[in-house]
Amino acid sequence: MNESAGGVDLQEETSGTVKKFMFVNRKAPYGTVYALEGLEVVLISAAFDQDVSMVFIDDGVYELVKGQNTKAIGMKNFSPTYRALEGYDIEKLYVDEESLAARGLTTEKLLVPVEVLNTAQMAELMDQQDVVISF
Amino acid sequence: MAFELNGNTYETDEEGYLVNLGDWSEDVAGFLAQQEKIDLTQNHWEVVNFLREYYNDYQIAPAVRVLTKAIGKKLGADKGNSKYLYELFPYGPAKQACKIAGLPKPTGCI
Repeated sequence: MNESAGGVDLQEETSGTVKKFMFVNRKAPYGTVYALEGLEVVLISAAFDQDVSMVFIDDGVYELVKGQNTKAIGMKNFSPTYRALEGYDIEKLYVDEESLAARGLTTEKLLVPVEVLNTAQMAELMDQQDVVISF
Repeated sequence: MAFELNGNTYETDEEGYLVNLGDWSEDVAGFLAQQEKIDLTQNHWEVVNFLREYYNDYQIAPAVRVLTKAIGKKLGADKGNSKYLYELFPYGPAKQACKIAGLPKPTGCI
């Protein structure tokens, strides 16, 4: 009897608490560990069935650029991992319009499909989140 | 840590995962499987090869849930479920299959 009651509790605990998590990526992919660590946190967060979105602002847009080659700096090129996000059901990827334009980039030059937002739209989206974590 | 096979020395971490991905070969896989007390059948190889392809494409070892779904897509629903994968790799497809495939331990392995 105790066991079945425990099961019911667990059900209630796990089903009722989906939060909106936004991970904000602001740094270039190499040179600091922020981009890689941020990506790993997002992949781990996928295990908890939350509403996860990723945002790329400032130099963070460089994380998504196609054709990265890290041979000369002796680091692992982890950019292909962004293409795995879809398989982890993380499909809400947003890029800041100004950051993209300021770096001469367009969505065709990015590894994954993204939605481009202007500053006002980005602010509104951030406002809707329960948790915003910045890398 | 390290082990020797056919006169070569292979470096592993404290949990037995290969340190250098490039060290992997089918013989090495056979040895690692033996350590896990697994006889590699065609079904095991299917999963091991799938994992190696996945790593090659995405540069990570997939979480079990993601692996299960992707296997189902590629090899059929009868194989894309955790019962099937745990029958092949009783101590967990992530832990055992990734180790045999020469990959690092999956991110998000909780």
